Amino acid sequence: MNTEEINEIYFGDVDLPVNPGRREFIKKLGAGLFIIFTVKPFGLIAEEEEDKVKREDFNLFLRIREDGRVECYTGKIEMGQGITTSLAQVLAEELEVELNSIDMIMGDTDLCPYDAGTWGSLTTRLFDPVLRAAAIEARMELIKLASAELKISEDQLKAENGFVVAVKDKTLKVSYGSLTKGKRIVKTVRRAPVFKKPADFKKVGKMISATNAILKVTGKAKYSGDIQLPGMLYAAISRPPAHGSKLLSVDKSKAEAIPGVKVMVIENLVAVLHANPNMAANAAAAIKAEWSKPEVLATDKTIFKYLVEQGKETRVVEEKGNLELGFADADFILDAEYHDGYKAHASIETHTATAYFEGDRLIIWASTQTPFGTRKDLATKFNVPLEKVLVKPILLGGGFGGKTSNDQAIEVALLAKESGTPVQLAWTREEEFMYDKFRHAAVMQIKAGVKKSGKIVAWKYNIYCAGNRGVNDFYGIPNLRVALYDKKGIHPFGTGAWRAPGNNTTTFARESHIDVLADKIGMDPLAFRLANVSNSKLERTLRLAEKTFKYTSAKPGKNRGCGIALGFDAGTYVAVIAEVEVNPSTGVVKVLRVVCAQDMGQVVNPHGATVQAEGCITMGLGYALYEDIAFNWGEVITRNFDNYEFTRFSTTAPVEVAFIDDMNAPPQGGGEPAIICVGGAIANAVFHASGARVNQMPVIPELILANHK
Amino acid sequence: MMEKIRFTLNGKPVELETDTSQILLWVLRTGFGLTGTKFGCGIGFCGACTILVDGVAQRSCGMAVKEIEGKKVVTIEGLAEGEKLHPVQKAFLHHEAQQCGFCTPGQIMNAVALLKADPKPSRKRIIEGMNGNLCRCGAYNRIIAAVETASKEINGGTKL
Ligand code: FES
Ligand code: FES
Repeated sequence: MNTEEINEIYFGDVDLPVNPGRREFIKKLGAGLFIIFTVKPFGLIAEEEEDKVKREDFNLFLRIREDGRVECYTGKIEMGQGITTSLAQVLAEELEVELNSIDMIMGDTDLCPYDAGTWGSLTTRLFDPVLRAAAIEARMELIKLASAELKISEDQLKAENGFVVAVKDKTLKVSYGSLTKGKRIVKTVRRAPVFKKPADFKKVGKMISATNAILKVTGKAKYSGDIQLPGMLYAAISRPPAHGSKLLSVDKSKAEAIPGVKVMVIENLVAVLHANPNMAANAAAAIKAEWSKPEVLATDKTIFKYLVEQGKETRVVEEKGNLELGFADADFILDAEYHDGYKAHASIETHTATAYFEGDRLIIWASTQTPFGTRKDLATKFNVPLEKVLVKPILLGGGFGGKTSNDQAIEVALLAKESGTPVQLAWTREEEFMYDKFRHAAVMQIKAGVKKSGKIVAWKYNIYCAGNRGVNDFYGIPNLRVALYDKKGIHPFGTGAWRAPGNNTTTFARESHIDVLADKIGMDPLAFRLANVSNSKLERTLRLAEKTFKYTSAKPGKNRGCGIALGFDAGTYVAVIAEVEVNPSTGVVKVLRVVCAQDMGQVVNPHGATVQAEGCITMGLGYALYEDIAFNWGEVITRNFDNYEFTRFSTTAPVEVAFIDDMNAPPQGGGEPAIICVGGAIANAVFHASGARVNQMPVIPELILANHK
Repeated sequence: MMEKIRFTLNGKPVELETDTSQILLWVLRTGFGLTGTKFGCGIGFCGACTILVDGVAQRSCGMAVKEIEGKKVVTIEGLAEGEKLHPVQKAFLHHEAQQCGFCTPGQIMNAVALLKADPKPSRKRIIEGMNGNLCRCGAYNRIIAAVETASKEINGGTKL
């Protein structure tokens, strides 16, 4: 899938073309009871959300094997967000089996039904009800089969721990496995399911450890670069100095002099292959290539001005009331411009892939968040039908949106084809920084009007390059206009989805400005938010954060301050309160503690959700305080961890996570929302601590000292 | 230069005929198939490639093979004794200190060396000792808790 498409999905509401139906792959699997599932007929999910689940003619299926094991096939992948566990938990609950009898088969493009990709916190939100319905269907079907076998009517039977048992006499029972023995039953869901009541849950909502954790602590967990095939060659690539450079000439002689080296030039790709990765790297370094240098249009110093100059209004996201009247009604009008620089995804695993051809069929392991998108990209590249490409399931060493784009898969496949051998390509960290699809730099211009009483009455909001995710007003502002500004190709390099795309950036701007208004009228930022917030879920989430943090409006100490931010993402409401200490002479910020309250509906896996939220906050401190990309237009200067700082042990803060656990509400996204409020909360805390209002992320010491009042 | 070098790898003596200027990380991964040791940055700034050399944590991405002549090398694969996990591994599981798991082998090896040098580290000492190991998933607080738990077990406290 290309960046444009990904951006569309993240920043717009699009429906991708649906692939033709294909049930063929079920035939490959042999005996058992299959429940295949289509979302649409039962309206389990609101229509607008359903558009985001792309499908062939079903999204996932279950198989009860003859040995009683339960397999769940889904096109989703595991990248550390814990869905292997949370999906299995839901399945075990409704199907009445032990968790360890479930095998999750994820992201295999031969075996699993089509899936658009693992992103946007959609997995739990959309698949939870689907999976439950399928599990319930399987349970009913098993009861029906048992009824015939035991000659007991269905209403006198129940499912229990992998068996169907008679309600009256528990010695009368038959295992799931024996019920499916020698059979091949394929069912779809035919009735709207009756879900188990939260009060009856035995597994959902319980703390459990991730099932694949043991592989990770023993070094046995396999990632794309851990696949080793006979005859496999390692690829290393001689890269251009900048995006937009064209290859002018190449001198391969020094590289070719190294024994065992194959040098390949395919279009702009200058690659060397060697059986030894050390030698491949040496050979790539020995290539002398000349590249053209594209014109420099902006640098990290001038980019914000450039974006405003170049951006054109593309869309009005929200419009209410009358802005002119709103401003006339206001006691104070305050405007400000907020900036956010480019950020890298910086997964510890770089983009990696291992590929070989079996006849004319390409088999590939790739660190991808979109196995089916990668399959499509490869099939398109080689101009072959989709079936000629198999993307195998594999763990990912982090993704955060960065692995929705998979240029390394194309590169490795080209090399495998050209060389006729299996090839592995693991991007170096320098390549990873160069070819990352960065989080956009963005500019937000806000002009707002507020009354002395504390009511916000007008809000004019121009958003350059940050999109519309989570920007809809929840402060009940009567007069408002929110418009997006953008331009195709405005960025000097690839940009794309970064954990909760755009929402970190716009939440920072909005929540900073809310504090500016509160400060102007001399109101406590928490009280000011409560006075304006118009969404009851957000209000109760803020109250929970207040309680958990034990918030008071007093300054927590000398050079210390607290900051609040509210936000909405992927169906989840978030409130974050942070406490920081700012060194008045150096401007260095130490984050002392962070509280994150979330209303994410029913918490399917509280432990997993907590780990995810903690991870979000920890990662968020990085974008708020440190992460920044230096560049000279297409030439990315920040190329490794020696000059890309993100949160580390010494800069992590204690994080406390609290949930409004609404067991009767559908589960919402958990993998991203908590991160969106970090920038705003930190900037506001820095202001409270030091009086410095910094309008740009990262909030670095230089900016703090420069804005000190 | 092709040379023969000998060292102990995960408790077994090994011998290798190789160009000894090669980077140890890749020799471990491809020469010995020990893929638990990960590549993250190649410049010593992330810790994903951490192994033990004579009990001390070393970044294998910056070591030439010749530097381990005659030494004892332990990788994540050699930490457990059969099925018996090292206290640090158990503590990682207990605290769920791994998310994507890619930094995990390096974190564990670094923590093992830290506890070898200082079996009862203070929290401050743990943070200092682990500070060069990056985790993009943000599992730091859990890793600190895991090192504390492992320290207790190593010092005769409760076994997990
Ligand atoms: S790969 Fe060795 S420290 Fe990063
Ligand atoms: S667990 Fe993913 S990088 Fe640490």
